[in-house]
Amino acid sequence: MSMQASLTFGRRCQVTDLVVDRSAEHQIMAHAVTAVVYLAIGGILALLIALTRWQWVHLLPVNTFYELLSTHGMVMLIFWILFFEVAGLIFASTVLLSARMVAPIVGWIAYAMMLGGSLVAMLLMLTGRATVMFTSYPPLLAPPTYYGAVLVFAVGAIVAVVHFFVNVIAARRRGDVGTLPLFTFALLAAAILALWSLAAGAAALIPAFLWSLGLIGPPDPGVYRLLYWGLGHGAQQVNLAAMIGIWYALASLTVGAKPVNEGLSRVAIVLYVLFIQMGSMHHLLADPGIAPWVRNLNTSYFMYAAVMASLIHAFSIPAAVELAMRERGLSNGLFGWLRNVPWGEPGFASLAVSLVLFGVFGGISGVIMGGPQANLLAHNTLIVPAHFHMTVVAGTTAAFMGISYYLVPLVFQRQMMLPAMVKAQPWVYGFGMTVLCIGMGLAGHWGLPRRHWDVTFSSTGPLGINLLAGSAEPTIFLAIMGIGAIIAVTGGAMFVLSIVGTVFLGTRTATPDLGYVSPEAFAPMPALVAGGSEDHPAAAHAGAFEVPGTLVLALLFLMLFIALYGYSWIELSGIPMLFR
Amino acid sequence: MAVRVSSLVKPRGAWWQSLGRDERLWVGLVVIWGLAMFAMIVFIWPAIGARDNDIQAYRVDPATFHDKVEAFTAANKVGEIAGVPVVAAPAGGDAYLEAAAFSWRPFLQLQRGKQYRLLLSSRDLQHGFSLVFGPRSLNYQVLPGYITVVQITPERSGEFPVVCNEYCGLGHHLMLGRVIVKD
Ligand SMILES: [Cu+2]
Repeated sequence: MSMQASLTFGRRCQVTDLVVDRSAEHQIMAHAVTAVVYLAIGGILALLIALTRWQWVHLLPVNTFYELLSTHGMVMLIFWILFFEVAGLIFASTVLLSARMVAPIVGWIAYAMMLGGSLVAMLLMLTGRATVMFTSYPPLLAPPTYYGAVLVFAVGAIVAVVHFFVNVIAARRRGDVGTLPLFTFALLAAAILALWSLAAGAAALIPAFLWSLGLIGPPDPGVYRLLYWGLGHGAQQVNLAAMIGIWYALASLTVGAKPVNEGLSRVAIVLYVLFIQMGSMHHLLADPGIAPWVRNLNTSYFMYAAVMASLIHAFSIPAAVELAMRERGLSNGLFGWLRNVPWGEPGFASLAVSLVLFGVFGGISGVIMGGPQANLLAHNTLIVPAHFHMTVVAGTTAAFMGISYYLVPLVFQRQMMLPAMVKAQPWVYGFGMTVLCIGMGLAGHWGLPRRHWDVTFSSTGPLGINLLAGSAEPTIFLAIMGIGAIIAVTGGAMFVLSIVGTVFLGTRTATPDLGYVSPEAFAPMPALVAGGSEDHPAAAHAGAFEVPGTLVLALLFLMLFIALYGYSWIELSGIPMLFR
Repeated sequence: MAVRVSSLVKPRGAWWQSLGRDERLWVGLVVIWGLAMFAMIVFIWPAIGARDNDIQAYRVDPATFHDKVEAFTAANKVGEIAGVPVVAAPAGGDAYLEAAAFSWRPFLQLQRGKQYRLLLSSRDLQHGFSLVFGPRSLNYQVLPGYITVVQITPERSGEFPVVCNEYCGLGHHLMLGRVIVKD
């Protein structure tokens, strides 16, 4: 590896000692800033929407509500997430490997397509010209410009993902990279899932586009749903794989954690690539036209292979943290390490918030309602957005925020602004999301529908049946949701403020203060001693459990999972209707 | 223990290693739990549960389905609420329900403890059938061109709203049907 040659294309980072390609750096900046702008827009919309569904406030008029809800879904689930992920893909395939970007111009073309497509789609939705929700289910019709804009965005994203593969392959060819770092490996899995998702999305949207131009008849609504959810849920699997990579990265950065078993972590990542896309079919559990055995196979057997993968990460990340703390002598007893982890570091706090909220609320609720029977009680109720706000918003977004506190100062070479606010941000955000999702989840569990302007049916005349009239419960649940939204949006605003402030006003420095960063986070693996004793499995695991604290926590989590899962079947038995 | 590295650093050499005691225990439990959930959904619940997901489906032309609903309504109408026909489905027989932007027709009258074949379809857009018991609801997707067919047996009498829970346009929140269960 010749560092002399490498330096011709970039600078050496004085904090991490990585070589940073100039084009890659600029493209990471462009994608990250765009992502954060979309997050800010989506957050404002989130507040307005939540304050409308909080029936006591019922803020927005009807058409505005549906317009902003459409925009919110698209901006948050697709634009914020994908721009951030492409920034992550560029970072993982160039900077982290000290490798150069193969074709900067291709990267810029991808960015331009993503930016142009997303802006047009967002403006059409905001101005009421494509009020079709993020799903745009036919025969609900949007103008051709809308489908065209989304397709341009998707093709741009595909180009960015292919560029990631090209960068990784080129870096390996030059011999700079042997085995990929675990973080890059997770993003590689995310990139593979992204290609699959974007291809499914194109297969759904191209016929819709042609139909909107009047060239073909309407797409079959059932087939569209099948293809669409390859994108709609597939994109969330991309988030999952990226988030897992970030979990490992944050654990390494903040406590110097090293995966306890590199091989096991990688196998679990491969399980995602092989199995998780089949779980996308859980969106079709209440649909006509899909044979029950297909539903069952895809959403139980195959999805559980992916659930197993998540459960492995849920164990191996805390285990890596525990082991790192024990190795540094910062633990006594079962849980002493938990007292000594850096709760005040925003990176660690974000990891904790993301892992707990994603795993405990998002994961368990997802598995339960992803079963074909229980799904009939959940399909299209508010419990669905409650679930994915726990996964994508409390899980993925919190993780993305956490890693930003390191990436943004390093890439922009600026001192992080407002450090005290940054310290509090993950906790405010996590608390708000918890309250929001508890309220929304209980409201959906009670039976209230999602994507609905007025559950009191006040404008329905003599037919009206007020869903909030019979019992105080749903009214209270919606209020909890509204209050949670206010807190969560405050937490989100704290993130946006600190990042935007840093990017534009932060003091320029080649060595930004990142808080505590473990010296081992970027330290290369020690060279092998001749005849090295690195791999002696027999000696490796002699004696007692290595991570007893994590094991106890994991067992408690599994018991909660089993209890809630069991309870869901008891509840199903209590529905005052038999159905098959 | 083998040499381990940060997740941000490339591992070198033989970094594969066998599972430790902790990992073996956890992976074992996780595999057992995954298989248990699989067995529950595919084998156990279908054998013991009275509430299951066996949605049947037919292809249908929306106009044909509309005619069926009209004929069903004419043959079994027992009243009217605010201009919407109330139709008593024959016990043990078929009950038709049509979604359209923005209505559910007709209102269905069922008898407690009797089984019905509920046939759901749409005249225009995608809709969501949501029968709200409060607490809890029962939900099915309704697509134009398809009939969603389910067997239902109401066990509680009363009047239950049918809400649309698939966004279907700016009047989505106006769609309100009714299921009346008589003793
Ligand atoms: Cu509808």
